[in-house]
Amino acid sequence: MSLGFWIGLIGATFAIATPLMWASLGNLLNEKSGVMNLGIEGTMYVGAFGGLAIASESGSIWLGLIGAIIFGCLAGLLVAVFTVTMGVNQHVVGIGTTLLLVSACEFVNRLRYGSGSLAKIEKFGDIIDDAGPLSQNWMTYFVFLILAPLMWWTLRSTGFGLRLTAVGEHPEAADVAGINVNRTRYVALVVGGALMALGGAYITLAELGTFTLGIISGRGWVAVALVIFGRWKVWPTVAGAVLFAATDALQLRLAITSTFGAVPNELLIALPYLVVVGALAIWGRKLRYPGAYLKPYRRA
Amino acid sequence: MDTRDDLAKPKYRARRGLFAALAAFLLVLSACGGNSGGSDAAEDTTGGDSSDDSGGADADLPLFYGVFATSLEEPWDGAIHAALSSAAEDGMIEYRHLDGLGTADAMERSLREIATEDKPAVIVGDAFAAEDAVRAVAADFPEIQFAFGSGGGPVAPNFSVFDNWMQDPGYLAGMLAGGTTESNTIGVVGAMPIPEVNRIINGFIEGVAETNPDATVLVSFINSFFDPATAQQAAQAQIDAGADVLFAERDGVIAAAAEAEIPAIGMMVDQSDQAPDFVATSLLWFMRPTIDHLIENVASDTVTSEDLAQFSFLVNGGSAIAPINTDLIDGDLIAKIAERQAEMESGSFETTVNEETPAGSTDVTG
Repeated sequence: MSLGFWIGLIGATFAIATPLMWASLGNLLNEKSGVMNLGIEGTMYVGAFGGLAIASESGSIWLGLIGAIIFGCLAGLLVAVFTVTMGVNQHVVGIGTTLLLVSACEFVNRLRYGSGSLAKIEKFGDIIDDAGPLSQNWMTYFVFLILAPLMWWTLRSTGFGLRLTAVGEHPEAADVAGINVNRTRYVALVVGGALMALGGAYITLAELGTFTLGIISGRGWVAVALVIFGRWKVWPTVAGAVLFAATDALQLRLAITSTFGAVPNELLIALPYLVVVGALAIWGRKLRYPGAYLKPYRRA
Repeated sequence: MDTRDDLAKPKYRARRGLFAALAAFLLVLSACGGNSGGSDAAEDTTGGDSSDDSGGADADLPLFYGVFATSLEEPWDGAIHAALSSAAEDGMIEYRHLDGLGTADAMERSLREIATEDKPAVIVGDAFAAEDAVRAVAADFPEIQFAFGSGGGPVAPNFSVFDNWMQDPGYLAGMLAGGTTESNTIGVVGAMPIPEVNRIINGFIEGVAETNPDATVLVSFINSFFDPATAQQAAQAQIDAGADVLFAERDGVIAAAAEAEIPAIGMMVDQSDQAPDFVATSLLWFMRPTIDHLIENVASDTVTSEDLAQFSFLVNGGSAIAPINTDLIDGDLIAKIAERQAEMESGSFETTVNEETPAGSTDVTG
C-alpha cells in the first residue's frame, strides 16, 4: 500500500466519523440522564433535511445550520415531553419519533420540491486546502477538537455534568439532594437533540450540499451502538466512532484493489459492523448501564 | 419511583389516554407510506385523493395506474412516472399513481383495491420487491393489462415485464471515459451487484476498452439505492487510487468529482445541473416508448403478456446519453462516440449484455 493510500484512509476516516461523532455525543448526553432516545435517526434526518431546506430557501448556509439546531432541539423536546413528563415507554417514543420525523421530512420535501432533489447549495468548504487528511471542514475540527473535550470536561468536572450523572444513576437520591430531575433530563434531551441534528446537517451542509431521501441510512442506529460500545464515556465513544469509520474507509479502498476485488462485496461492506460487534463481544460483556436507564422518574 | 400500582392510578391513566391518542395520531401521520396522486399533467406529484384528482380528465381516455414500491424520488420509478405523466400531459391517457408501497402486503392490498375499485386499463409499476404478490393479483384480474419492472418473465394472459436496458448508453459513456482519462484509471460507483446494474457497468467497461485498452476500471458497490454520503466516500477512495473520471451510477459521486475537479458521468436523468462544469454527460432512460406501446395495445383492445425489454433499448429510443459537455470533452472523441451511437441507432452495433458481477478492479483488456 502506498503512502497515498494511508493518507487518503486517514482523511476519509475523519470525514466518515464526523456525523457519527456529533450524533453519538448527543446520544451520550441523553443516555447519561437515563433516557434512551431512539428518535436519533429521525432527529438526524430532520437536521439534514431542515438544514438544507432553510439554507436553500434563505440562501444562507449559516441560517440552515441554525435551523438544524432548532429542529434538533424541538425533536429532543418532543421526546422529553413523552418520556420525561408523561413517562411513556422510551422504545416506543423513540421509534415513533423517528418514523414521524422521517415521514414528515419526506412529506414536506414532496410538497415543496416535488420529485427530485433540492437545489444544490454552496456547502461548507475545507478549512485548509490540499493538506491531505487535514483538509476537513470546520464541523469535523469542531467535533474532534472542541465538542468532545468540552463534553468530557463538562461531564467530569462541572456541576451540570455531575447532576446529569446523578440523575441518570439514581434520580431519587438526586431529587433528595435538590436536583430537579425532570429539568436536567429536559436539558440533556434538548441539547442532545441539537447535536444529533448537527450530525445530520453535516451530511447535507458540509459533505454533499444537497438532500436525497434516505440520506442518514442508519447512521443514527450506529451512533446508539457506539455509545454502548463506549460504555457511556466520551473518549471510548470517540474511539468507537473512529474505529468504525476507519474500517469503513478501509473496506471502500480494499474493494477496488486487484487483491481484494474478488472478495464478496457484502462481506467487505459488513466489515465495520463486524469489527464493532466483535470489539463489543470481547470488551463489552460486563456492561454497566446507567442506574436509571429506561426508567421514568416519579416523585414518590 | 413509581410502582406498577402507582401507574394504575387515575392521573397516570389519564396520561396514558392522552399518550394513546397522540401516539395514534403520530402513527397515522408516520404510516402514510403510500402516497397517492392523480394527474393528467406531469408536474402533479404531490399526492391527493387518487379517486377524485382526475376530475376534468376526458372520460374516454384509458386509465393508467402507476403503482410503485419506492417513492417517486427514486430515479428508477421516477423515470416510469415521468413517462406516464408526459403521456397524460399529451392527452393520451388519464393517469393516477400510488407510491411508497415498500412491502409485498402493501403492494398486493393496493393492487387489489385499485383493480377492483378503479378498474384501470393498465397498471404499471415495479415488482422487484413483491414479484409473487404482483403476479398473483395479475392472475386474478385477467382483463387488466399489468406491465411491471421485473426480474422474471411475462406470464399469460396479461402480465408483461420491462426493465432498464441501458448497456448501449453505458458503452457510449465508457468510450467517453476511456478517451478522457489521463491516469488510465476510471471509477464507477454502483448500487449493488444485481443484473440491471451489472449489465450497465459491463457495457461501460466494454466502451472504455474501445477507446483506451490500457485503462483500469475500479468498481465500488455501496449496497444501497439511497446513501449518497457513502457513494461520495466510495468515489473519494477511487480518486485516491488514481481515478480521474467517474461514472455516478448512484447519487453522491458527482459531489466528489466536483470537489476533485474531474469529469463525472450522471445516471438516469441529465444531471448536468448538479455540477455544470464537471458533468460530461448522463445515461438516460426513457420509458415513453414502452408506455406508447401499451397505449397502442389498449387502443386495439389487446391484453398481452410480453417482454417489453426492446422498448428500453437505445435502438428504439428507450435510452440515450445526454448532450456531451463540449468544454470538458475533446471534439474528436465526441465525433467517435457519435459515430458509434449512429451505428447503435441503425441496429448495426449491439453492446454485449453481460450480467456478471464486475470485479472491483478490471483491466479492460482482460
